[in-house]
Amino acid sequence: MEKPVIIGVGMVPVGEHWRVSLRDMAVEALLNAMDDAGIDNVDSLYVGNMASGSFIEQENLGALIADWAGLGNIPAVKVEAACGSGGAAVQEGAKAVMAGLEDVVAVVGVEKMTDAWPSDGTRYLAYAADAEYELFHGASFVALNALIMRLYMKTYGYTEEDLAYFAVNAHANGAKNPYAMFKRPITVDTVLKSPYVADPLKLFDAAPMCDGAAAVIITSKEKAKELGVPKDKMVELAGFWRAIDTINLANREDFLTLKAAKVAAEKAYKMAGVTAKDIDFFEVHDAFTVMAALSLEALGAAERGKGALLAKEGQIAIDGDYPIQTMGGLKSRGHPVGATGVYQTVEAVLQLRGEAPEGIQVPDAEVGLTQNIGGTGSNITVNILRRV
Amino acid sequence: MGRPMQVARHWRHFREKYALIGGKCENGHVFFPKRPVCPVCGSRNVEEYQFSGKGKVISWTIVRNPPSGFEYYKPYPLALVELEEGPVVLAQLTDVDPEEIHEGMEVEMVTRKIREFGEDGIILYAYKFRPPIK
Ligand SMILES: [Zn+2]
Repeated sequence: MEKPVIIGVGMVPVGEHWRVSLRDMAVEALLNAMDDAGIDNVDSLYVGNMASGSFIEQENLGALIADWAGLGNIPAVKVEAACGSGGAAVQEGAKAVMAGLEDVVAVVGVEKMTDAWPSDGTRYLAYAADAEYELFHGASFVALNALIMRLYMKTYGYTEEDLAYFAVNAHANGAKNPYAMFKRPITVDTVLKSPYVADPLKLFDAAPMCDGAAAVIITSKEKAKELGVPKDKMVELAGFWRAIDTINLANREDFLTLKAAKVAAEKAYKMAGVTAKDIDFFEVHDAFTVMAALSLEALGAAERGKGALLAKEGQIAIDGDYPIQTMGGLKSRGHPVGATGVYQTVEAVLQLRGEAPEGIQVPDAEVGLTQNIGGTGSNITVNILRRV
Repeated sequence: MGRPMQVARHWRHFREKYALIGGKCENGHVFFPKRPVCPVCGSRNVEEYQFSGKGKVISWTIVRNPPSGFEYYKPYPLALVELEEGPVVLAQLTDVDPEEIHEGMEVEMVTRKIREFGEDGIILYAYKFRPPIK
């Protein structure tokens, strides 16, 4: 089956946008992507968003954003897969194009988190866990990841310092990305001296609460040619899949394997006809440092239990064998939860077009992988993008 | 969240949460919580199963920035407890000095208050785990 292509990308800088609303951010990112693609209408809209109903008392985002962007009476829906909503929305858009039902599809990921009181925000994020058996007992999302982090450290003999290298790498890259929330490098010490949020997980092991929106335009190669999109502006969505795992962490057969990522990656690699070795850069879901390690293992970039070593040895830097978080990742660019998967897609497209900011362009990048996690690994999307 | 109509929502779970009642399928697989389909073999022939409440801590954390509704209790320890019958449950630890929590620590289930919803709201109780009283 013919693979779809991304012909336009747009985003707004991630941050605490107190003067800007969800709809304004989403429309801005969307119009940027349409301008980038050189089009003024689309056939449908998919919105990646996790918890607008909780954060700003607004659901029905399909209608809201399509209406405010002036897209007319098109189909438009919200796609929800917790923090993995953005990556999932990209896939739904791609499927519609591949099915031949919709020619030109817009996907926008958006989340407005800073309108909520922080402890309420913590509660809303925990809605991605099992409400009856996790949040009920006072589990925050950070706490659940802290349980995983302790097990990871204990099982493989890692220290808090070993995991801190993921945050350091993310900030080193994010510092060069004008769209990143935190544009300053940090050291291992910064991470280790930050306060515990849920021991052994510290403030700098975690991504921030923030606001953001990113968008992509997806179409078929045939249509792209018809629209006059130059070839070097097209990026193929070469392979993609997603899978679930138990929603309740306690029910997981193996706490240290992101089984959903493994399953999704295997299918995506097969569809794209590549292996982990062919991937030039990985945008993994480092909402927590330990998740970056587990992701590298699940995606086949590292053996089981060796993910953290890649960070410590510098292999995840732009000039390493496995560059990750090339534009800052969730940790430094920021993690507006339902928008994250679309930011990753936009960043991968920029890398593959050779348009990444100075200092963080992966030289001659041909193939990139984005991996977007919902829940504590319960709903994971893997997308593989390739230069046309 | 503190609305009176939430009573039914929590009442539905009283048996499992007060007494740690889970499920057991026709092939002898036990799991918590009880669910309509056995997560091991897929059997739909599932009945209630009473766990002993004995277990050990396999991972733990101290929640310092809790979700709203739990601020009053912070900081509090939260753990993954492996029950002696095999399944793992997430629960708070109680009657323990955070410094003393360690991997492999033996614990037993007790029913304790989880949270309350203001003066006229309901009070939620459920399982927590503590070091066994010898
Ligand atoms: Zn069974």
